[in-house]
Amino acid sequence: MREVIFMGKVLMKGNEVIAEAAVHAGCKYFFGYPITPQSELVAYMARRLPEVGGLFLQAESEIAAINMVYGAASAGVRVMTSSSSPGFSLKQEGISYLIGSELPAVVVNIARGGPGLGNIQPAQSDYFQVTKGGGHGDYNIPVLAPASLQEIVDLTLEAFDIADKYRTPVILLGDGMLGQMMEPVEFGERSVVREYEKNWATTGSRGDGGPKTISSLDLDAVTLERRNWNLQRKFALMKENEVRYETFMIEDADYIMVAFGTVARITMNAVNRAREAGVKVGLIRPISLWPFPERPFIETRDQVKAYISIEMSAGQMVEDVRLAVNGHAPVDFFGRTGGVVPTQDEIFEKIVTVAGGVSV
Amino acid sequence: MLEEMIIAGFGGQGVMSMGQLIAYAGMIEGKGVSWLPSYGPEQRGGTANCAVVVSDEPVGSPVVTKPTTAIVLNNPSFDKFEPLVRPGGLLLVNSSLVMKVSERTDIRIVELSATDLANDLGNSRVANMILLGAFLELSKIVTEAAILESLKKVLGEDKLHLIEVNKLALRKGTALVGAGVA
Repeated sequence: MREVIFMGKVLMKGNEVIAEAAVHAGCKYFFGYPITPQSELVAYMARRLPEVGGLFLQAESEIAAINMVYGAASAGVRVMTSSSSPGFSLKQEGISYLIGSELPAVVVNIARGGPGLGNIQPAQSDYFQVTKGGGHGDYNIPVLAPASLQEIVDLTLEAFDIADKYRTPVILLGDGMLGQMMEPVEFGERSVVREYEKNWATTGSRGDGGPKTISSLDLDAVTLERRNWNLQRKFALMKENEVRYETFMIEDADYIMVAFGTVARITMNAVNRAREAGVKVGLIRPISLWPFPERPFIETRDQVKAYISIEMSAGQMVEDVRLAVNGHAPVDFFGRTGGVVPTQDEIFEKIVTVAGGVSV
Repeated sequence: MLEEMIIAGFGGQGVMSMGQLIAYAGMIEGKGVSWLPSYGPEQRGGTANCAVVVSDEPVGSPVVTKPTTAIVLNNPSFDKFEPLVRPGGLLLVNSSLVMKVSERTDIRIVELSATDLANDLGNSRVANMILLGAFLELSKIVTEAAILESLKKVLGEDKLHLIEVNKLALRKGTALVGAGVA
């Protein structure tokens, strides 16, 4: 299908929105490898990047792609790669190297059912992998999880900015549903590309301080430790400044649902229905999965009767919810796994069960 | 207004395009819309389907489990979605290919031999547009003008010659429902 643009709005697939938003963010380099359900992103970049004077390359594997990203990022350009769960696993070594070498890049994971080859249906079961460090070493990595296609536009732009600002890779996490669905989006006025000075980039010595080296190797334990503490200071700064979340009707809530991405939208419908049935329920939607938004939990944990985490996994984010609630209130969980999407009815029933039953 | 629909049939019957046209038209009319395809292995040999939500508000969940309308173009789609239509909802059936008859009394059922009618128009591929025309007349969810506007852009310059037969099919469906034939 062709694109229909009307009044600045265009109906696109989520995967294509990520790609176009990246182009708007000034990303001119993309290295990837096709995998369902994110292949449209790769295809879109193949067509689009030559139009803006950029470079698209289909690598021979996901591992090759992430290492090409490492090379391009070293040269100081905005660069992206994308994959889905099994392919994203293959990129973990490269992500760890990007962290160790302090290189900015955006890595997209349009997650699907796992473990192993799993299936191609939507899933959120890569939460542990993205938030707890899928690669080796002492690190954290910012993870942004959009819930709508319009939010993809905003967060993709922000992902590139965070990457440059902190010299870090940033993960954009969606699921197959978000990648495959279509919604109207506006790219509009946000197409301003922020420029960051990259005097560390290995673009040749031009009398600005001599040769530059980019490496994650440091054979001396004491200096590597010093580097690591510097990384930790950076992570602390991100924890302070890069937390993103949205709340809905939590002020008077007895029960607070916690959900991210597409599941937050299904949960929102269930929350509205439960409100109509007289249950005081609200929603916290983490947008940055790392850093995890602790504040809305700290502010509510002494007033609510329980939190309920809803996930497309067997229960992963719920652990971060428990950490944030820190024993002040019970934390419950409902999830579907293996590519099954929880229904609004199931979530509603879970709310009713936890709330001790309502007359509906 | 909140319409949550499922459109289902064999791959190639144009169910995905039909859903996209409704979504485009809704967007043109300033409504909240979403389109979510089934992209799983059931597409091979079985049914392809898409969920379309059209709303006066921004769309909440794009997932449709209890459709207000199901448009089914073949037998497997009928089996899968006929029981799921919300009470008071609409089941629109392509009776050229669906051999079954719904026994539900709590929903509105409209049968249209869309594939035969499309063949009469000389193009079996516009069966989807006949059903779409019928759906527009039944639901009034988006205007025909908005559908035609979308169709022009979706087909593009090189396929503009197909506009006419698509428009004919659309109006055929609308007219049959309007005349109470369907």
